[in-house]
Amino acid sequence: MSQDIYVVIEHLRGQVADISYVMLAAARVLAQGTGGEVVGVLLGHNNQELAGNLAADQVLYLDHPALAEFTSDAYQKTLASLIEEKAPRAVLFGSTSIGADIASVLSARLDLPMVALCRSFSAGGKYVSQICGGKIMAEGELPEPTALVTMIPGDFKPDEGKSDKPPNVTSVAVPALEELRVRLVGYVEPEAGDVDISQESILISVGRGIQTEDNIELAEELAELLGGVVSATRPVVDQGWLPISRLIGKSGKTVKPQLYLALGISGAPEHVEAITDSKMIIAINTDPNAPIFDVAQYGAEVDLLDLTEVLIEMIEEA
Amino acid sequence: MNIVVLIKLVPDLVEELTIDDSGTDLERDWLRLIINEFDDHALEQGILLKEQSEGQVTVVAPDTEGVDDVLYAAAARGADKLIKLLGEFEQGVNSHALARASASVVQDLQPDLVLTGVQAHNDLDGSVGPLLAEFLGMPYVGYISGVTVGDKKSIARKEYPGGLIAEMEISLPAVLGIQAAEEPPRYVAISKVRQAMKTATIEEQEIIELDSSGGPTISRMFLPEATERATMIEGDEEEVAAKLVEIFQELGLL
Repeated sequence: MSQDIYVVIEHLRGQVADISYVMLAAARVLAQGTGGEVVGVLLGHNNQELAGNLAADQVLYLDHPALAEFTSDAYQKTLASLIEEKAPRAVLFGSTSIGADIASVLSARLDLPMVALCRSFSAGGKYVSQICGGKIMAEGELPEPTALVTMIPGDFKPDEGKSDKPPNVTSVAVPALEELRVRLVGYVEPEAGDVDISQESILISVGRGIQTEDNIELAEELAELLGGVVSATRPVVDQGWLPISRLIGKSGKTVKPQLYLALGISGAPEHVEAITDSKMIIAINTDPNAPIFDVAQYGAEVDLLDLTEVLIEMIEEA
Repeated sequence: MNIVVLIKLVPDLVEELTIDDSGTDLERDWLRLIINEFDDHALEQGILLKEQSEGQVTVVAPDTEGVDDVLYAAAARGADKLIKLLGEFEQGVNSHALARASASVVQDLQPDLVLTGVQAHNDLDGSVGPLLAEFLGMPYVGYISGVTVGDKKSIARKEYPGGLIAEMEISLPAVLGIQAAEEPPRYVAISKVRQAMKTATIEEQEIIELDSSGGPTISRMFLPEATERATMIEGDEEEVAAKLVEIFQELGLL
């Protein structure tokens, strides 16, 4: 068993995902405590160059045609054999469409303990996870022998995990990847045509608190008066009240408007991480404990429908 | 097509959450539980698939406060068979324990496809779906928002950031972690749920032992300590609106 901290580098169609850099920065904190190295683990095919700016002491590169694009089965097999052989102190995965597909499976397959939704590590090596939509923090010792951890961006910024100096890259043999049960058929591009909310400077964003489809109209009216557009959180899109092109968060867009007006949005971590670059965040929510108030500059605990109606009147009169 | 949907109830986040005296768990006495919203989508996806391809949907859920109502509502929506796992679930169990407990029950049902929510907000030890898949020896793919089923394989639409979709072909039987059903979960009238209470039966399966190994221990649970917090605008709607107009003017928007 080693004291090294492994980071599974997530990448999609030739781009390293920001969460990979965030995890490298988090791994550095852990490695300083254990005295081990930060090791990037890069799976792919003919894309070793992705290791170029990773702030890692070394990168293990596993190349195989079946790893050219992410599929859960091939990644699980490859990582299971690597983790079993090397037995690092911890392996960090993104709490993402990629990482969450593999970490839990490896926990069951290798009988190793798992911690999810981790946002930081304390100097003593404790994990701090943010659960219940961001409303509760849980802290504890990093389980032994090898902790499998899924990470949310939390306390670290992507730039902290980047380096000008390319790390040492070592090629590692890939196990036989036969009889794979999951295969990528192809990618479907997001539908074009609608507005691109990542480029808009004023967003009136609606969450579960908007209650009904009819109330969306009210938000639309306010957005039009301010020269902005309406965006939404997952529950609103899942109800079919707005198209997925308006979705902010994990499967949706990351935004950076001048004004982000959050109406009835509680502020779960996956939403907050996608709006933090907004210049001004104003949150309206009747729940005083809503995590959105921790990232907003201004907040108010009033009924969003009443407020929006009054606001529309006032702007029309102004 | 034999479809199994695994669901569970989780604390309703609309309610205020507090920490109990041990300092390591939620105060559970007054906790209101609701169906995990992603499980609700998994159930909807299961029923949609049944309607398209003929088959049977079995819903499996651990026994917690209010689970009977959720199961009967599932029957009213179109589920054919309801199974409640009896055991020490009331104080909350982790995903490892639930996955182990449900694995043998699901195995006996010989499903072609197992659907469950991609995650729950309190999954501190990872989600149930991928753990269950591994205990059953089945492949797993999560973040799914669309499923078609063919001969011994399924095509599932997997979500990536920015609206990108990957179409994955998965050998059956498999476990899929559902992010969103193709249609919003259907509404059923209370009268239909009442009817289901009379006609549907909930089969009970005793779970002798819950093995939660594989999850972390919690030494402290606490509410987030914000370093910065919003300046709260006091007053009624009129006063708040007036202040917002002022802010919009300062930003040069009006």
